This record gives sequence, C-alpha cells and structure tokens, in this order.
Amino acid sequence: MAGTPLPVLPPPAPRSFGQTSRRDKWWLQPLLVFAGLGSFLVYANWAALQGVHYTHGPYLSPFYSPEIFGSSPHAWFGPQPGWWPAWLPFSPALFILWAPAGFRLTCYYYRGAYYKAFWADPPNCAVGEPRKGYIGESNWPLRIMNIHRYFLYVALLFILMLAYDAVQAFWFKDENGKGGFGVGVGSLVLTLNVILLSGYTLGCHSLRHLVGGIKDCMSESPTCQKMYKGCSALNKRHMMWAWISLVGVMFADVYVRLCSMGIWKDIRIL
Amino acid sequence: MPTTFRIWRGDATKGEFKDYTAEAGEGMVVLDAVHQIQATQAPDLACRWNCKAGKCGSCSAEINGMPKLMCMTRLDDLPEGETVIVEPMQAFPLVKDLVTDVSWNYEVKKRIKKFQPRKPDNADGTWTMQQDDADRVQEFRKCIECFLCQDVCHVLRDHHKHADFIGPRFLVHTAQLEMNPLDTADRVPELKKDFGIGYCNITKCCTKVCPEHIHITDNAIIPLKERVVDEFYDPVMKLIQLVFKPRKKAEE
Repeated sequence: MAGTPLPVLPPPAPRSFGQTSRRDKWWLQPLLVFAGLGSFLVYANWAALQGVHYTHGPYLSPFYSPEIFGSSPHAWFGPQPGWWPAWLPFSPALFILWAPAGFRLTCYYYRGAYYKAFWADPPNCAVGEPRKGYIGESNWPLRIMNIHRYFLYVALLFILMLAYDAVQAFWFKDENGKGGFGVGVGSLVLTLNVILLSGYTLGCHSLRHLVGGIKDCMSESPTCQKMYKGCSALNKRHMMWAWISLVGVMFADVYVRLCSMGIWKDIRIL
Repeated sequence: MPTTFRIWRGDATKGEFKDYTAEAGEGMVVLDAVHQIQATQAPDLACRWNCKAGKCGSCSAEINGMPKLMCMTRLDDLPEGETVIVEPMQAFPLVKDLVTDVSWNYEVKKRIKKFQPRKPDNADGTWTMQQDDADRVQEFRKCIECFLCQDVCHVLRDHHKHADFIGPRFLVHTAQLEMNPLDTADRVPELKKDFGIGYCNITKCCTKVCPEHIHITDNAIIPLKERVVDEFYDPVMKLIQLVFKPRKKAEE
C-alpha cells in the first residue's frame, strides 16, 4: 500500500472566521502574542534606525553588536563606509540585525505563534479561519522556513560575540584611558542578556536535531547523546526562553540607550 | 446538581443541537452524563465508547469546542452552572449523533512503510539495543489512536487536506518507525511528497489535545521536518551524508 494516494473524504460544512464552540477566552493568547511581538518589532525597527546612543562606556547595545562599521570605539572596520548609498540612512544595526531577525522569524516556536496571531491560520485551536486556500509550508513562499538551521549557525556566532561584549562590559576605562575591572549594572544586564539568548539558541529544535537527533542510535556517540540531552532540556521550555530572551535583549538596548542619553545613570557596584 | 447538556443529534444529511438535563454527581465525567441521558431521555443517542479509562480512544468528541475524550473530562473541570456542549469530531464524516467514521485513518496507516528491522545482531535471532535509544521512540507508543490530534489539526479540520496530508497521528507513527534504532526503511521522501509534512505549520494544537501527553510537535513532527530538510533543502548536509554515511540504508 505504500506509495498509493491517500483516500479522499467528502468535504465538511464550511466554517466561518472565528466560528467555534469554545467557551474559553481563545482570543486572548493570539492577542497577547500579537501585542508582544508587534511591540518588539516596532521598537526594534525604531532602535535600529536611530544610529546613535547605542554605546555607553564599555557597554554596546546588543542591537548593534557586532558593530562592523560605526563611529564608536567598538567598530571593527571604522566609520561609515564611503560606498554606503547617500539616500539610505546609515545605522550600524542594519549590517547585522538581519541575522537574529531571520533566526527568530524562522524559529519553530515563533512560526506557530505568529501564524496564529498575525495570520489567523488558525486564530487558535479549533477556531474557524478567515480563508479557504492553504499551502502551509509545503510550497513557496513559506518553504523558505527550511533555512532555519543556517540562521542558527549565524546565531551561534552572535552568542560568542555578545559574550565577548559582556566580558568587555566589566572593563572600565578611567579618565586617563587606563583600563580596569569593574562591575556596573550595565555589566550585569549585558551578561544576563547573553545567558537568556544562550538559553533560547541552545534549545533550538534544529540544533537539537543536528547535535544528535539526526541519529537513530545516539548511544553510539556519547558526546552527541549528552549534547542532545542538554538541548532537549532547554527545548522543553523553548517558548519561555524565546520570550524572556526577547524581553532581555530589548531591555539591554533600552538600558544602554537611556544611559547614553543621560536619562539613566549606570550604577557602579565595584 | 442538574446540568444542561447541549448534544448534537443527527446524521450526515441533517442535524441540530438538543438540550438534555443530567444530574451531575461527584467525580462524574461527560461520558457518565451521556450514558445517563441515554438511559433516561434519549435511548437512541449514538455514542462510541469502550474502556471508560482513557485507554481505548473510542469516546473522542468535542466538549465545549475542544476535542477531548468524554471519559476523561470531569464535569467539575468545566465552568460551573453553564451548558455543556457536546459535538462529534469535525474532521471526519458523521455517522450519527456523536459517532464519526474514522476509517480514513486506517487507510492512511496502510500507506506507511512497515517496520523493517536490520539483520539480527545475535546468533539466536535477537537484537541488542540501548535503553536510551529505545526510550526515544517509546513515547510515541503511548498513542491510543483516539484521533483527537487529527480532529484539531486545522489542515484536516478546516482545509480538508485529507488527500494530501496524513495528520499528526501518522506523523507520530512515522516517527516511531523512522527513529527506531533497528529500522532500515527510509520514509523521508514520502514524508515530503506523499504525506504532506510541509502542510504542518506547527500550531501545536495536536500536542495540546493529546490525552497521553505525547509531545507530538516537538518530539515527532519537528524532528521529521528536520530530516526532510537534511534530505531536500540542505545541500551541505546532503553532501555530508553522501560522502560519509547514509542516514539509512535498507538491507538486502
């Protein structure tokens, strides 16, 4: 029987958008996701296009890290390159934000969440949909979601770079330009940001597959088995990590921005 | 306490909701109430049931709009004082009242390549395998085939892709076979081409309604999607598998 077409069933009575017998507040979850992700998108785009107030002392906002080109001392290759089109506003964030954005956009958790919240496909479980046609991820354009693991590779590199930034955030320079160890609230904020982003990235479904899930006999590779178990432990709370790391990265940017603008004062603990 | 039950009555051609009242006692489940209604008010009310212990998967229905087992839904877990709506599953053709024809599922199962074990490891015809490897697929064996996951899946329920998509139940079944450490058959090409795994958009509704708490999406569907990526969408992984070791090689 393998290979023969699947049987066809007579079509059921069509259901209209929002039609359901559910008695609970089924609309609340997609509404919260819409509000949460929508707010983040608005803030992230605004912050990315500012191009200023993204550093404060040893702190570098994660929205701007790594700073490939830019005017701060954190920049790898100096200021705005000459080839940058004059009509396009320059911001160091534009060079790098495609990577974390792509990683989250193609993440298995976020896909399920925003298909419901932004596209009502479905609005929630057992609730009628607004459209009849459906191709899911079986064809273009959503087949592009299969690229997720390539964004994962870049996201892992970003974790290393953000960890480097977090270490640098404990190295303060005095008035004479001499560096020394210190701890500010910003140091802790940037460190916490890396921890949260690591919890999210290392629990990724694709990583879980690549480090061990691909094998049917994982016991043959004890290292793979250990990594798989570690990934699985984080993966169980992938939704939680996805949200707290999203809030964490936004807060880290807000913190550096407000300190840079002089609205908040960074408190030195050590 | 008297509770009103609004139950779907009818067949494939026509039907309507009818209200019945049942006396809700301590520890009662929806199936108890349906039986009480059958015994006292509607002897012709059709309802499929068997074990009354959440293990046979027969009494699947929709209670207040969510797919559930009637025998595992306690009345004291439902909103107090409100009418309880009981409907048949929406993803399958209605036979009568709360009974649906789920035979499509059995036809689908026949189309999945059977278990093909490798040659025995030992002279006595047995195999050696590690507990950790067995544990991974053991979760999928908990499935009681209640088909609630099929019912809630919007690809089947709303988009009626029965001809193109096998649904979460059979993706779990395929994962159970595909990840078995003894199995040699390769089902990944069928997953993409014939079984429509790309239609799943990971809403996790199947996981939410599973009475056996199988992590359908995270442990079965997404790992299978990743294997499809290995085979069809990731040129680097394809190359690695070609050069080093094929993921699966059927034994002659």
